[in-house]
Parts: sequence; C-alpha cells; structure tokens
Amino acid sequence: MIHFENVGLRYGMGPEVLRDLTFDIPKESFQFLTGPSGAGKTTLMRLLFMSLQPTRGLVRTFGRDISTIGKEELPLLRRRIGIVFQDFRLLDHLTTYENVALPLRVRGKEEASYRNDVIELLRWVGLGERINVLPPVLSGGEKQRVAIARALIDQPQLLLADEPTGNVDPPMARRILSLLVQLNRLGTAVVIATHDLSLMDRFEARRMILADGRLEVYD
Amino acid sequence: MTDRPTSPLPAAGPGRGGRQRARTIAQIRDGNRDEPGDSHAAGGTAGSGDGRVPPSAPDSQSSEQRQRPVVLRPTAPIVPAGNISGRALILVIAIMSFLSCLTVGITTMVVATAESWQSQISREVTIQIKPAEGLDMDAALQQVRSAVMAVPGVTTATIVDRAATERLLAPWLGDGFDIDTLPVPRLVILSVGGETAPDYERLRQVLADTVPEAVLDDHRTWTDRLVAMARTMSLFGFLILGLMLAATALTVIFATRGVMAGNRHIIEVLHFVGAETGFIAGQFQRRFFLIGLKGAAIGGGAATLLFAALAIWQTFTRATPLNDQATALFGQFLLPAGGYLGIALVILIIAAMTTLTSRYTVMRAVREIDRLRADPSLVGIS
Repeated sequence: MIHFENVGLRYGMGPEVLRDLTFDIPKESFQFLTGPSGAGKTTLMRLLFMSLQPTRGLVRTFGRDISTIGKEELPLLRRRIGIVFQDFRLLDHLTTYENVALPLRVRGKEEASYRNDVIELLRWVGLGERINVLPPVLSGGEKQRVAIARALIDQPQLLLADEPTGNVDPPMARRILSLLVQLNRLGTAVVIATHDLSLMDRFEARRMILADGRLEVYD
Repeated sequence: MTDRPTSPLPAAGPGRGGRQRARTIAQIRDGNRDEPGDSHAAGGTAGSGDGRVPPSAPDSQSSEQRQRPVVLRPTAPIVPAGNISGRALILVIAIMSFLSCLTVGITTMVVATAESWQSQISREVTIQIKPAEGLDMDAALQQVRSAVMAVPGVTTATIVDRAATERLLAPWLGDGFDIDTLPVPRLVILSVGGETAPDYERLRQVLADTVPEAVLDDHRTWTDRLVAMARTMSLFGFLILGLMLAATALTVIFATRGVMAGNRHIIEVLHFVGAETGFIAGQFQRRFFLIGLKGAAIGGGAATLLFAALAIWQTFTRATPLNDQATALFGQFLLPAGGYLGIALVILIIAAMTTLTSRYTVMRAVREIDRLRADPSLVGIS
C-alpha cells in the first residue's frame, strides 16, 4: 500500500533527519512507530501523509509516486488516509458531530446520507452522549476520540495516529488503543507513532523504531 | 495479527457510497456487541490474545440509549458566522464605506452644481445697445429684438425695460435718478439653446446690419472661467474619491487578511481532511462576501441617510445664512441619480474586494502548505 525506498529527508542545509528508509506499510497491517523524542517520528508521519516530500528516494502511496502527484490530485489521494494529529486539530466552533462529519461534508455529501453513520461511529467511540458538545468542553481523551472518529468516518485504507495517547491517562490510553485495534480488525492499516513503551507492550504488533534517522523494523 | 479476520471494508476511494459505509458502521456496531464487557472498544487481538489490553470500562450507554433519537442543532457553517474579529471587520468596512459613499455623494453634487452654473450662464446672451447721437433707443431695442428672433437658436429676446434698468443701477446711482439724463446703455437678454445653438458670428452680423451700436456679449469669458472652475472642482472631487477608494481598498484588504489569519487553522484542517482548494475558498468567499456586503451596506446606507437628513434640514432652514452658504457651495443636498449609482457601486466593489481578498488568502495559504510539502527546508522558516 505504501512503499518507501532509500528515502532521505533534510531540512534546509542541515543534516538528514531521516536516512535510507526502506519499508512497506502492507494492507490491513498494524504497526507502532517509535523512537526517542526528536528521532523524526512526526516527520515520517508527515511523509506518510504526503504533507512532505522526501529530499531523496522513492515514496509510492497507493501505487503512485508522490513526487509526480499534482496538487489537484493530492486531496483525493489524502481522502484514503485518515490522520489523527497529536494536537487533535478540531474546529472549536463545530460540535463533536459536525467535526466528525467534516470529511464527508467537504466531499460534498448530503447530511441525510451520513447522519446515522456519524452518530453510530460516535457511539462506537463512546461519545454517544457528547454529540452536540463543542470541543472546548471536552476532555483530552474525548477530543482524542473525536479526532479518531473524524479520521475514520470515510473508512480510510490507512490510519495515521501521531501520539494518540500522549495527552490521556493510562486507562484512556488503553481504551484508545483498543479502538484502533478493533479498527484494524475491520481492515484498516494502522500506524501509531508513540514513545509510550507500555502502550506497545499491550499489543503484539510490528514495531518500527527510529533512531538517529534510521529505521529498524521488527515484524 | 495473524488471526485478524478478513477485512469487511470495501476498497477505499472517492467513489464509495453511503450504503457501503452504513454496512461497515453496522459491522463496527455488531463487533461491539460481539465483545461483552467492552461495548465501545474491541479487545480483539489485544484483549484476547495475551490479555495485555484489558477490557476498558463499559460504555455507559445501554442499547435503549442507543436507540434514543438524537437531536442535532442545524449544521453550523464551516467558517464561523460571527466572532469578535468578524464584527470588527464589519465595523471597519462600514466606516470606510461610509466615508467613500460620502465622498461619492459630495463629488457628484459638486459636479452637478458646477454643471448647472455652467449651463445656466451659457444659455443666456446679452445684447448691449450703447447710446449714440441721434439714436432712438426704444426703436433700436425693438429692431434688435425683431432681428435676433429671426436667427435660429434664439428662443426668446427680452428687453430690459427702463424700470428694470433703473433697479440694476440703483445700487450705484441711488433711487430716484432720471435715466434719460444719463447715457445709460440698454440691454436685451436672449435665451439661446434648445435643439441648436445659435451661430454667434451671424448674430453679430445681424446686429451690425440692424443697429451698429448694439454689442453682443456671449459671456464667453465668464463661461470659460466657470467651465474651468467646474472642471477643476470635478477633477478635485474625483481625485479625493480615488484616494478615498484606494484607502478603503487597502484598509478592507488588510483587515480581511487580518481576520483570515485567525482562520488559518480552519484552512489547514480542511486541507488535511481532503478538501479541495476550490471548496475551501468557496466556504471563505461566501462568509466574507456577506461580511463585506453587510459592512458596506451599513456604511452606504448611513451616508444615504445623512444626505437625506441634510436635504430635509435644507428644506426647513431656507433663507438662513448657513443654509445659503451650504446651498451656494453644494447646491441642493439631493443626490443626483449618479450619486445613488455611485454609492451602490461602492458597496458592491467593497463586497467584491472582501470576497476576492479572502479567496486570495485561502489560495495563498494552501499554496504555502504545498510549498512546504515540496521544499521541507522551508518548514523551519515558516
């Protein structure tokens, strides 16, 4: 589904922050991306989300070389990827329901066609009672689940979650992990960037460890 | 991972329909039900395999609650309708629009007044008959009157009679003087214009043939000066209007960009959830068109009301020094049709400027995101 080959990335004239990355994200796979702070996890997530282009190497996403993808085509390709940002990036003036429905709304879908799905998904992530609530009054864990629901609503083939448990307590972290595992069981490939070792110990999955800009993959 | 069930998800992509999503959501729901003790999240491999993911706390929702109908508020616009910066922008636009419309109104009024002076003067021509030895003034006046009426373009010829002439001279010679004792020239006032303007050379020739003492004064010197003054006033008015509109444009553009800067996170979120640039621009355009139109309409409406109030004041304070001065300078405070048209145009231009600025800002923000994507070296700088 996603293929990296000898990928390197540097910011400006600085040293390469990512070096010689070669790996695949197979369909329906589940992996943790980990490494010490500053190892380049977020940068790699941005490469996976196509919000950065590598300075060298080849990245193929859904069979397309991302260096040849036009600006007009990029949003269409991104729709196949769900992303959960570390800082959630919810719109504070929209309710939980409206935030989750946003990806469908921007695709021009009628509300009647997705209303029940959004409500069902919100119930699934345990926010059935918080449907009409605005993000500023949600807890960190609730915001995280809204962000996850928003990433899932259009059934992406790949879900990228950057530190999805970074702002929540351990029980909530376990709960969020369970959500992502169940999602993966339904067929979505999942990449979780985290430096929470205890979280990774809770689930046997492929580990991608970034250190000094290089990646080691443990299947 | 090896015992993961086959994915029920259809191949993702833009072409998938709501029915498929509904089916998948139903599978998610059913998946929840299949796992007692963890109604909202799967233990799945995590929970069942090695038990390292403990079942989380049961969701408080019962199945009855799930069936409870959900009441949603009307869907909010993606770009928030009103906030403090939006209201401030409306105020700024209203003030600048008010000043611009005021300038438009005053300029059109001054131009109309100047044109009216010019046309009033140029519609009159005076014939002066100087007294001469043996000239029968009354007969000469009649002869001149008859002769000039035959010239095409002359519509009326009015002899300024003795009484009127005496009144004209009274300020200098005092009341009760005898006009016959002084060699006072007499006047014939012609109204010209209509469909064709008279041929002044022919008129002079007719006068020379009829009464050689008659001199034609076509007010050209006076008219030329008035025309020059009117043109200067118009030019000055349009210059001020141009400056005012430029100041309004810059203020509106920078104020809009300021408000847009506060909405950049919305652009980013929309961009990252797969919105196309045209869609994002459309959302902001609609919102900012309404803001621009509202502000400009408030300003333009206030300016129109001010002109109406001044017109009413002028009507009710006739023959007062202040009214006379104002009337002399501006004429009647009734906006000509061009004034109303100008105000409407200013409102539309300001609304369009606000709209286009928001569109341009969205395009620029998206371009910047794309630029960062293409050149990671700019990430740190931005």
